[in-house]
Amino acid sequence: MGIVIKNGRIVPDPPPPDVVLEPQDEPSALAARLRTARVVAVRFAAYNDGRGYSIGRMVRERCGYAGELRAVGEVAADHLAALRQCGFDAFELREGEDPQEALAALAVSEALYAAVRAVRARAARAS
Amino acid sequence: MYLYDDIDQRIVDARVREFREQTRRYLAGRLSEDDFRALRLRNGLYLQRHAPMLRIAIPYGMLSTRQLRALADIARRYDRGYGHFTTRQNLQLNWVRLEQVPDILAELAAVQLHAIQTSGNCVRNVTVDHLAGVARDEIVDARVWCEIVRQWATLHPEFGFLPRKFKIAVSGSPADRAATFVHDIGLQARRAPCGETGFRVIVGGGLGRLPIVGQVIRDFVPWRDLLGYLEAILRTYNRFGRRDNPHRARLKVLVRDWGIDRFRDAVEAEWAQLRGGPQTLTEDEVRRVASRFTQPVYEPLADLDFAEEPRPFAAWRRRNVHPHKQPGYAAVTLTLKRPGVAPGDVTADEMTAIADLADRYAQGELRVTHEQNLLFADVRQRDLPELWRALRDLGLATPNAGLLTDVIACPGGDYCALANARSIPIAEAIQRRFADLDELLDVGDLDLNISGCMNACGHHHVGHIGILGVDKNGAEFYQLEIGGDQGGERPAALGKVLGPALAGEEVADAVARLVRTYLALRESEAERFVDVVRRAGPEPFRRSVYGDRDQERAHRPRSAAA
Ligand code: SF4
Repeated sequence: MGIVIKNGRIVPDPPPPDVVLEPQDEPSALAARLRTARVVAVRFAAYNDGRGYSIGRMVRERCGYAGELRAVGEVAADHLAALRQCGFDAFELREGEDPQEALAALAVSEALYAAVRAVRARAARAS
Repeated sequence: MYLYDDIDQRIVDARVREFREQTRRYLAGRLSEDDFRALRLRNGLYLQRHAPMLRIAIPYGMLSTRQLRALADIARRYDRGYGHFTTRQNLQLNWVRLEQVPDILAELAAVQLHAIQTSGNCVRNVTVDHLAGVARDEIVDARVWCEIVRQWATLHPEFGFLPRKFKIAVSGSPADRAATFVHDIGLQARRAPCGETGFRVIVGGGLGRLPIVGQVIRDFVPWRDLLGYLEAILRTYNRFGRRDNPHRARLKVLVRDWGIDRFRDAVEAEWAQLRGGPQTLTEDEVRRVASRFTQPVYEPLADLDFAEEPRPFAAWRRRNVHPHKQPGYAAVTLTLKRPGVAPGDVTADEMTAIADLADRYAQGELRVTHEQNLLFADVRQRDLPELWRALRDLGLATPNAGLLTDVIACPGGDYCALANARSIPIAEAIQRRFADLDELLDVGDLDLNISGCMNACGHHHVGHIGILGVDKNGAEFYQLEIGGDQGGERPAALGKVLGPALAGEEVADAVARLVRTYLALRESEAERFVDVVRRAGPEPFRRSVYGDRDQERAHRPRSAAA
């Protein structure tokens, strides 16, 4: 297992996931298993394969899953901020990725997504 | 145009900081070539034949004169003193240096411009009818809806790694001037009988290697649900679009493979879940966005009658001046189609001069059209003679808007690494061949589009005459298509290949033959070239170019002639 980071830190001994969703999986088909799971992983097959972002949101918003949602597979520094927006709170970095650099990149991109959240909030506030 | 508030400004500023950091990591060897490619593309930066190319977004084509001056300044200091306007309302700089791109982006951000998502597998710049806001026939001002879609799509975290690029166009009028049938999603404003505004949604259109006319997925989506419905389409595409082959990854392939009914069912099922969610639009938000747009100030004027006009002015007025919803006003096309200059190219000095004119005559704003021209949207009719003289002095008053020499052409082999053939010399040869204005005016409306390869950036499939650069054993050849139409009063149509590819020096002559055939066949001046192709079929046109050169094909039954 690669290095897992969560809450801005390396997790020393990460528990294995209870459920692993592949990019082509249908989250709602696994709703029953998600109810008892504590760690759910979503696999990213390639740097440019964005299917897991949709799956992450569906697991959170549609299945109501509230435990750890971990991105695994081809997960790199510059993915983390957008993944967080889609409900992921833990990241198992791909082979060779430096966790300190990943955290630094996350901090930079977080400022960007804070602005994106502000745009969404502005639209909602206008009501 | 839409004016940023602090929040909009924060996005572009934070994006510059992010990209500056990513560029630094790349140059320090901390980011691989492949990873950086995905990151730079979504910031508009290509690395190709001669130098990097930076594609700057001009959302729905609108620019203030302050922005145009900033672009001129950037073109002077970071490039070779000119820029290229594309068919998708972008400006491309062809000679920038990678290390300087973060600085360029910072200068753009200072005038509310950016290059976010102008490339890469994400939602691209949303395009619109260039007459939005001033057209006499419009139902809604499409720019407001473009801006709403732009804000939703900008940095949408779920859709940053789509199977392929994704293009959206919005039309606010019954006459579709935004080519909505050849985009991944086309939105056409509609008014329900009860008076409610909504959108007819078209999906799966596109040009490129596999040209397909889009299909209607839903006849009416109420305006409140617009973003939710878009989200349902994008999510369905993100999850199920093909990722195994980039040439089969566009939405059009998914829609074709599944069929529109299956695709619609999937989208509607997704929408049933998303409907009423946080992306539901409110009247307040639509009003807020609309209120951030600058409003032209109109004087109470009457329409003018230019009975005693000198002849060259009359020709210009006939072709380059367009009706306006406000009496006494007009919209004016500045054609960037001049012999000897690549279509869409403007020098920095011209940009500055155009900005001065726009301040004087057009309330400080201008637009970029998808025909690669510029437009002054709000000109007092009484200023037209003066404006005409000023434009003539700049060489921007060629009275050819919509005519054969108003050629749309991609940069082609002179600039683009993917090209099979050059497109600019072909455009020039045609412009030279048709230098006679009387002849041009007589031929009337004719869209001629040129692409340097099958990626079709010059939209050759929807040209009334389309020209495609092909490679024959390392030599440049050109395939002609006729009968394409980007849509408008009539539905969109794709052109059909006329015959074997021609050598570069044969193309202008072949176009002349097509035109002669049209003139001989038309029943009146109102019947355009493309109308005659529809009515008479391609055969007489084919014969005029190839004669009996390929007998065998000529004897085959021709279903296309029906
Ligand atoms: S059509 Fe081909 S040659 Fe022309 S700009 Fe596009 S990719 Fe380049």
